[in-house]
Formats: sequence, C-alpha cells, structure tokens
Amino acid sequence: MAGQVFAYIIHREGIADDSALELITAARKIFPAAPLTAVVTGSGGNLDAVCNEMAASYNEVWKFDHEALAYPNAEVIRKLLVNTLPGDAVVLLPHNTFGMDLAPGLSIKMDSAFVADVVDIEGLEGDTLNVIRQEYSGQVSTHVTCDISAGVVLNIRAGVFQADESKAAGGQVVDKSGETGDLSAVRKFLEIVEAEVGDVDITKEDILVSIGRGIEDEDNIEIADELAEAIGGVVSCSRPIVDAKWLEKSRQVGTSGKTVKPKVYLALGISGSFQHLGGLKGNPFIVAVNKNPKAPIFQVADVGVVEDLLEFVPVLTEKIQTG
Amino acid sequence: MNTQLGFLLNWGRKFCKIVTEGVLKHIMDPALISPASAAFLGIPTKIFSILIPIIGIGIFAFIMVRRISPLVKAAPDERFDRIAQRFGSVFKIWLAQWRQPRYMLAGMLHILIFAGFIILGARSTQLVILGFSENFVLPGFDGRLGHIYNFLKDYAATWVLIACIIAAIRRGIFKPQRYAVPPRYGKGHSAEAIFVLGLISMLMISESLFEASLTAAQVQKGIHAEFLPPLTLAWLFSHMLAGASLASLQGLHLIAYFIHDLTFFFFLCFLPFGKHFHVITSLFNVFFMRLDRGNIKPVRYGVADEKLDELESFGVKLLEDFTWKHILDFYTCADCGRCSDRCPANAVGRPLSPRFISIKGRDDTYRKYPLIGSNSGDSKPLIGDIYSEDEIWSCTTCGACEQECPLGIEYIDKIVDLRRGMVDEGNVPQSLQKPLGALEKRGNPWGKMEKKRADWTKELGEDCTVKILGKNKTAETLYFTDSISSFDDRMQAIARSTAKILDGAGIDFGILGEAEKDSGHEARRFGEEMLFQDLKDQNTEAILNSGVEKIVTADPHAFNALKKDYTEIPPVEHISQVIVRSVKSGKLRLKPVEDSSKIYVYHDPCYLGRHNNLYDDPRNAVDAIPRLKRVEMEGNCRDRSFCCGGGGLMLFYEPEEEQRMGVLRVQMAKEAGANVIIAACPFCLVNIEDAIKVSGLESQMEAIDLCELVVRHIIF
Amino acid sequence: MEILVCVKRVPDTAENEIEVNRDGSDIERDDLVYSVNEWDNYAVEEAIQIVDRVGGSVTVVSVGDEESEEVVRREMAMGANNGILVSDDAFEGSDGKGIAALLKGAVEKGTYDLILTGAQADDGAGQVGGMLAAMLDMTYASVVNYIEVLDNRKLKVGREIEGGNVEMNEIELPCVLSIQTGINEPRYVGIRGIRKVASVDIPVWGSSELGIDAASIGESGAKVKRVDYFVPELGEGAEILEGSMEEIADKLIELLKAKGGIK
Repeated sequence: MAGQVFAYIIHREGIADDSALELITAARKIFPAAPLTAVVTGSGGNLDAVCNEMAASYNEVWKFDHEALAYPNAEVIRKLLVNTLPGDAVVLLPHNTFGMDLAPGLSIKMDSAFVADVVDIEGLEGDTLNVIRQEYSGQVSTHVTCDISAGVVLNIRAGVFQADESKAAGGQVVDKSGETGDLSAVRKFLEIVEAEVGDVDITKEDILVSIGRGIEDEDNIEIADELAEAIGGVVSCSRPIVDAKWLEKSRQVGTSGKTVKPKVYLALGISGSFQHLGGLKGNPFIVAVNKNPKAPIFQVADVGVVEDLLEFVPVLTEKIQTG
Repeated sequence: MNTQLGFLLNWGRKFCKIVTEGVLKHIMDPALISPASAAFLGIPTKIFSILIPIIGIGIFAFIMVRRISPLVKAAPDERFDRIAQRFGSVFKIWLAQWRQPRYMLAGMLHILIFAGFIILGARSTQLVILGFSENFVLPGFDGRLGHIYNFLKDYAATWVLIACIIAAIRRGIFKPQRYAVPPRYGKGHSAEAIFVLGLISMLMISESLFEASLTAAQVQKGIHAEFLPPLTLAWLFSHMLAGASLASLQGLHLIAYFIHDLTFFFFLCFLPFGKHFHVITSLFNVFFMRLDRGNIKPVRYGVADEKLDELESFGVKLLEDFTWKHILDFYTCADCGRCSDRCPANAVGRPLSPRFISIKGRDDTYRKYPLIGSNSGDSKPLIGDIYSEDEIWSCTTCGACEQECPLGIEYIDKIVDLRRGMVDEGNVPQSLQKPLGALEKRGNPWGKMEKKRADWTKELGEDCTVKILGKNKTAETLYFTDSISSFDDRMQAIARSTAKILDGAGIDFGILGEAEKDSGHEARRFGEEMLFQDLKDQNTEAILNSGVEKIVTADPHAFNALKKDYTEIPPVEHISQVIVRSVKSGKLRLKPVEDSSKIYVYHDPCYLGRHNNLYDDPRNAVDAIPRLKRVEMEGNCRDRSFCCGGGGLMLFYEPEEEQRMGVLRVQMAKEAGANVIIAACPFCLVNIEDAIKVSGLESQMEAIDLCELVVRHIIF
Repeated sequence: MEILVCVKRVPDTAENEIEVNRDGSDIERDDLVYSVNEWDNYAVEEAIQIVDRVGGSVTVVSVGDEESEEVVRREMAMGANNGILVSDDAFEGSDGKGIAALLKGAVEKGTYDLILTGAQADDGAGQVGGMLAAMLDMTYASVVNYIEVLDNRKLKVGREIEGGNVEMNEIELPCVLSIQTGINEPRYVGIRGIRKVASVDIPVWGSSELGIDAASIGESGAKVKRVDYFVPELGEGAEILEGSMEEIADKLIELLKAKGGIK
C-alpha cells in the first residue's frame, strides 16, 4: 500500500499556480478520501499567504522557509523532498518546466516509480495505478500501469483536471523549516532573463487569432492579419511559427510562450499540443480551423471547422468585412 | 575641344623648336619627321618607341602570367569539345555581338566601339611598329586594300569617339539604374568606366591627330597628301591644322604619336585590373562558353557518377574549387548589369545579384592572387567571406542571367557548385533540411507515404483508367507525374488533366505509381548531388522495368531532369508537344473557347522555355482552341520570361525578399491586358495562384494550367 | 571536453498520421519511416559546437534494437567522433528507469564531462535525462536552450521556462543536460555524409558488456508499463460546422457575434 500523498505547490508573488488545485482533483482520482499534504517552499515574503491559502484546500500544509529555497531550484527542492518525505510517498507535480526538471531525478532518489505527463487517472487496483498518457503529439493515447508499492512521482498535465475549488479542507500549516536537512547544491541559480517585450501584449487581448503550422508560409500570415483586423483581435501563434522566426516570441501562446486569457480564441492550423494549450487559460470560446479532422485541437475546441485555413479564412474575413 | 587643341598646338610648337629645328632643313621628304627618325634633346625618339612597347608588353605579359596562375590551380573543366560549334558561338556572340541589341542603346554603342576596336587593331599595330620602322605598312596593306582600310579606319576612329562621348554622358549624367552599385557591394564603378572611355577617346584623338598633322604638312608642302575621308576626325583635324606652322605640325605629329603609344600600352596593362579585362578575355570566354542548356555540370569533370564517393570534397568551398572557366568568367564580366537587370531574385530584393557573383569573385581572385607577392595562403571559405548563404540559396536557376550575358558567363553551375559545397559542410537552411530528409526517406519532399503517390487517379472515375506499370503491366508511354502533381491537392488536377489528354489522344499510357520517386531535379540544383543520384537510379530502374518506349510529363522540372540529367531512359516529351501533334493529326479535337470574353496570356516556365527552347509548342497548343484570345507579355516573354518564384525545393526555402516574384509576374500579365494566365508547370501555377491572392486580384485575374485549359475543350 | 549524447530512433511523425494497429498493441508501423529524435539531434549539434570551441570529443549512444545503429551512424556523419549501440533482447520493454540504468552502465565504461539528452521525444516522457543524472549523482538541468562554457569545470546554462523567459544557472561539471529545440541550427546530413561513416565500426553493448543484471532491466524490471494504444474518444469535442465553406462562414460569424468574438 502506497504512502502519504503530497502535492508540490508552485507559487509566484504570493499566489499559487493553477496547478495547486488541479493536483487535488488528480489525487482524489487515486485516493478518494486520503488526507492530502501540500508542500510549500520559499524564503520569507509571501510564503505564509500561500501556505494559508493552501490550508483551505489541503489537509495539511508543510511549510519550508529557508533562504536556499528563495528560488525553486529543482536540485535544492529535490534534496528537500528526499530529506523530508517518507520513502513510499505519492508525490504529485505539475508537468511544466519545473516538474520536468525535478520529477525524474526525484523518483530515482526516492526509489519510486515515475509517470510523466499524466492526462487522466483511471484509479488504483491494489498497488497498480492505471493512468492515461498521450504520445506523438496527442495523436494516440496509451493506458499505462504503474507499480506504486514503493511510492510514485506523478507529473500531471496542466489544465486537464478541474481545479478543486471546494476549499473545505480546513487544514493546518506545519512549519517544517527546521527539518530541511542539507540543501547545498552544485547547480546555482543566477537570474531570469526576461523574454523580449513585443509590440503587442497578447496576454491582455480578448480576441486572439492564433496561427500554427497550417499557415504553411510566412506570406500567408497576412490572411490571419486580415481576419484579426476584421474582428478586432490580435494575431498570436504556436511555437513552430516562432521557431521559423515568422512572428516574434512575444506572440507565442503556450508553456514556453505566453499564458493568455482571451474571451475568444481562434486556432487556425494549430494541432493543439498540450504545450500550446497550456498557455490558454480562462476557458475561452475556442474555434478551431484545421484540415485534419483528427487534430487534437478539436477535442478542446467549442466549434470546429474542418477546412484548409488558407481557403476558409479569406472567405470568412470577406464575409465579416462586407457585414 | 578647341581650347584643348589650341593648348596642344602651343605646346607642340615649343616642343618642336627645341627638338627639330635643325633637322628639318635637311629633310624635305617626307613632309614631317617620323617618330622613327626624330630626336628629343639629342636622343633619337626611336629609343622611346622601342622601349615603350618592350616595357608595355613586358608588364602586360607579367600581369597575364599572374592572372593565369589561379586558372592553372582551379578545378578541371571540359571545354575543348565541339570545336566547330564553339567557333560558331565566337562568330555569333563575340564577333557579330548577337546579344548586344537586347539592350538597344548600350548594345549599339558597344557594337560601334567593338567594331572600331576590331578595325583599329591593325592600325594600332602598324603605329607601334612605325615608331621604329620608317614607313612600315602591315603586310597586304600596301595596295588598294590599304587605301580602303585607311578610309574605313578613319571613320571607325570617328564613330568610336562619338560612341565614347555618348557612353560617357550616359554613364556620367543619365546614370542608368542597372549600373548602380548597392552600398553592400562597395563603391560604384562609373569612375572606372568613364576613365576607360577617356582612354579610348585619347587613342582615337591621338591617332587622328598623328594622321591629320602629317596630312596638313603634306598639303602645306604641296606633296601628295593621303586622302582623308570627309567628316572623319582626321579630316576635321587636318582642316583645323591647315594654318598651323610646319614646326607646330611636326611637334604635334610626334606628341600625338607618343601619346597614342603610351596610352595604348597603358590601356593594355590597365585592362587586366578591372571590368575591361573582357577586351582581352571575351574571345576566349565565348569560345569556352556552355553549349548546352538545362544541364548541370558534374561534381568534378573527369569523375564518373559511380566514383563520386571517392571524392574528398564536393562542390566549391574555396576559390580554387571553381573550374578555370568559372574564374575566367570572373575576369570577363564587363559589369554591364544585364544579368542582374533580368534576375528575378534581384528584382524582388533577395540578396542575390548575379553581376556581383562575378565582380566579387573577380576581386577575390585578385586579392588572393596579387600581382606582387605570393599567392595568398589563407584560403578562407568563400561562403561567409565573399558570398553569403542566403545569396547562394536565393537563385531559382531560372537562367535569365545566362540568357542575357553577352559574354557567355555562366551562373547556374557556379551557384550549384557553391550549394554542393554548403551541403557537403552540412550548411543547409533548416527550412530545406526537412524536405531533403523527406526526399531521402520517402522520395517526395513532403514526406507523404509512397503508397499514396497514385491516389490522384482515384477521382478520375471510370471514363479514364490509369494503368500502374510494373513487371506485368506495360504501356507504350509512361506519364511521369513527379511529386507535386502526385501529392498536392490542387496540382493533382494537372495530373488528372494530363491523363485525360493522353487518354483522349488515344495514347497507351501508364504511371509508375509507388515506384516513382521525385525526379530529383531540384535536389540536384540545390546541391544535394548524392540524393539526386539515388533518386535517379531508383527512377531509372523503375522506368526500364516498366518497358515503356516513350515518356511524357507535364512538369517542366521533371521534363528537364529526365531529358538532361538522366541518361539511360527512353525519349521524353512535354505534354504540349503531344497536344500539338495530336491536334494536327486529328486525334484530339478541340471545341471553341468556353468564355470568349477572357483574354489569355501564356507564361513561359523557365524549364520549358529558356532551358529547353520550347516556346512555340505550348503556344500552339493554346491557339489550337478556336476563338481563344491570347496576348503576349511583350518584353517579358519567351527567352525573357520572368520566373514565377521557383519550383521544387524553392517552395520550402524562406528567402529574404521585399515581394514575391509571382506578384511581379501577375502585374506583367495584367499590364499585357490579360485576365487568365496560362502556366504549363505546376510550380508556376502554385506561385502565380498565390501571387494573385496576395495581390488581391482574385476578382480580376485567374491562373490555369495548360492541361486544365485543353482538357476543358476536348471533344470526347 | 568529453561529451556523451544519448539519442533515440523514433518514427518520423511530420507528415505521417500515427494510427493504432488492430489489437491496440502498437501503432501501425508498416508505413512509418524513422529518424533520430529531433531534440536529440539538437543535442548532438550542440555537443559538436562545444567541442569545436573548446576541444574534446563527442560520443553518441543509443539504446534500442539493431535498427538504432542507423541513427548512431547518422549522428556520426554529423560529426560525432564515436558511436555506441546499447542493444540486447533482454532490454526490451524497459521503462524510463530501465533505459536510464542502461545508459548509466554505458556512461561508466567511459569518462565524460558532459552528458546531453534531448528534452523529450515524440514517443517518450522527457524523463531519461533526469533519471540518469540522479543515478550518476550528477547535476541536471532540463529544457536547456543556452550553454556557455565558462571554464573547464563550469558551464552557464539557460533553461527555457514559462513565458519564454530563460532561467540562467551556473553548473559544475560533470553534469547532465536535456536540450531543447532551437538552441542551435543543426547541420544537414546527406547521403554522402552517411556513406563516409558507413564502414565505421559501432560497438554493440549488451547486458554482459555493461555488467547489468538482465532481470533488473527490461519488462520484468519495469514498474511502469504501457498496456496498449488507443485513439482517444472525441467525446464532447468541438461542434463541427458542416456545409459549404460559405455556409460554415455564416454560421461561424453568428457564433462569434454571440460570444463577443467580433468587435
């Protein structure tokens, strides 16, 4: 039987990341009733605010306040977790760049199993956990079993589990700052180099016309520009467009780009990888235009158009322009 | 003019007094002392007239030896075949200046100056020798021929001077756009051009003065004077000098001689320093120019395809990797700017201007092989030093530059060789790596599945069945579809139209289906020779396996590849040739044009027109549709067609450019008064259809493939 | 600097729709073509560029079946100096931890200052690099998009994090880094390059060469197992608009207006 369940809380400027409450839902799919513990690390400042916020949703909040934890350096956090968590712990993390940095090594050091990028959890049978993952950019899914008898580290995809907003746990904050153990690290955090600021701030726009690989050619971006102009929106994009240097990095929506919260999101020729959808928050009305009916974007979109965007969008734009 | 002449006369007079006063009295005949007999400060001028040519020729020979040294180190080239044909091109392109009138004013000026040079060559030789051999006449020029020649050369000198003046005005005042040098390529070359025009003028004036002063003296002395043809420079000068004293005339005669002598040898030695090197090299460059079109040079002459693996390095990386003809090209470029003026890449602001491929190559050769000092050991790679990657990838290999060059300079092989060098170093833009990888793995640049290659036939219905050829199924004719017409949703319509035409013409045909690979036309022209060889081998095997006797294709790139790059396969035809023949024989009957209000224009695809000389068949195929109205893009059609933007891998390359070539092309069609552009190439259709959209002309213009157009009018 | 790069042979998914076979035991592989995992290719290029700057050598290792030799050879054509194939029937079915253990075995047979992996693979979980580092007790950084060699013991390493920002770290060697695409522009490898290394010997290391107990590896040793593949039910996906393009556009405009999508 697996042990206690822990969720690592990512927070910034005193506010917990959306994943903090999503991990609760994920955990409940494994252990419907077990007590859940949130691990909150940091150094002074807003740490208490985060801990208190989490206490509403988690049965227990372990607070680690230490100057070595001022920045969530994955190597330091790994040491902390290995030093403090029980060996057979079930540890939940969001599958973002921090989770990817921390989790694989953590599972080795805790000698537990590891499943990355979990998109669904079917439940626990004895010591076998049944989860669902995706491969090939979401084109196929797989059932995966995992022996969690000696503990497990699970990286949960952002946005696939509803946040647990009940806030009825009434938990308590336990200050464990004295129990961190050795936190020395060979990897030293230096600084964050901010992405260049572009000409528009897509994070503040209500209507985004977002383009992906399906735009095919740099010159075709005009098609999106014209639609955006017609409906009063702004053009954003997925990673391949930035990699091709067709648009600036500041226009990229996704985990490695900007997180946006528009009201309406038109995804043109975007297949809908989780890295892209990870940058889409606030439950917008999503319209997907893609010639491949199997594109994963259609699973999350509200409305789909199975057409070549290069042909369809000009028709749409013209109709809007002519009123 | 007069003040200059007056100055010369004055100066001559003084000179004369010092030099010749004593001597004059003793010699009555000839009218003036010749440079072979005169003395200056007691020194016979003969010494100068012997020394000047010796030193001049000595320096010139030294320079030439240095200039030839990189040619000796360069890669081999095979240019001594088909000698008769080569003399033919020398006659037509060099001597008859065949390509010059394509730019009328500049061309005519050049023809005048060139003809003058040819004519005056004999006179200049005679003059040089006259300096030390009294009364020297070139063999054969002493009789009637000599009189005719003298008559002609006086006019030649005159028209050369006039042409030089017009040319200088044009260069210096009107400054035609195509001579401009963009800042990234350095300073302008007009100063050099005008300086040389000045030198030529100097030669003409001094030669005429030399002659005129003698004639004036003869007239004064009542000796029989050489007849000067009216209105020539010499004639004009002799009249102006009629009143001058004998002493002045004597001075002028000698001064003119030595000015001519010095200028002549200075000019000779100056030629190999700049764009006027062509005066010397053009004859050879035209003799050695490429005789075939559409083909690509082997990776290395003398190394068979099967032995390519043994080569240490591929393509051009260092200057010496160019063939000697290609370095000779650099020397020969006259900087006339015609190549770049016709270059579509240059027109849309891509970082390529063929003219500067030559000029930069020439300057680099001069830098690495200086006249004095050792040949530079630091052979830096050309890419990144004098050429940029984007510059070399920007070329669509349309061939407009080579079509235009009056000196037989070639660019496509150089570009391909430079690309081969980059490919060999792994230096390939990311945008091209994917299609190249897909060609290697799947035989088409999109990486589509091989088994879907014949899927375009599915929509044909039962009226037209297309055989898939193989061991047990053969046909007389193979329709080689190639990748874009097989896989691209839009271009599949061309494949289906082609099949219907072949079917309608009663031709027993089939396709290779899964066994067909990309023709590799673009892979080769993008420098991936081994990939091309691989594709070629696979296709050759499949074609031979299919047992066909003929091949037809509707894709000019495939057409060119099969015709020029493949060797062991049956003869290849373009679909337009089949259409014309079938209409003639009555096998295909076409009904009157559907919409007679439309005005059509035919766009010559580069690989059909310039590279394969197929200009008339596609036009005749179009004109076979009764009542179809067709116009031409005058000035931009046939061998002056403007590339649509390039085919094959060029569709994947992301060039820096200000606008698309296709947009300019659509504009040309519009200006010609057309509203339907007929392409005979799937890539042209892609680019032109895109360009119509980009230009926002969807409601006014449309594009259609030749096969699509014909198929609509077939009476089945 | 001695650099080891771990590479994987994966199906090329660019233009290929991945389909599940009839019994769900695997994806349909008949019409697939394979290539080196894109992220790994960036890692090899980065290694070659580092060695070009500071000297040393690049070794490429792949865990897989015999076919994986092809990708090792391709990366050698790219410029890697040595290649190793870790292959044994007993390794089949290994989970990420198993693969990491095999790579650990390979690492310990040599001396490396720097080990690179791709940040992820299309058919993977982005886990092997981190696991390998932990097993080797080396420092690790993931999703690396910048590497600067400070001296022979230290690197400045940029990690791509949320919002397109870069997290800069100073890391002591030896270490393991997982490389993100876009860190460089990988060079092209043509047929000619591959033929040049066609006859180079690539050692194959099995369980005996690595001294690894076969029971701890492979399917039997795996805690995480893929049971089957399936195509996700579309379920409550998008409402697909039907009709001619014009009709669809009209419907869509209605919807957009209702949702405030047209200002």
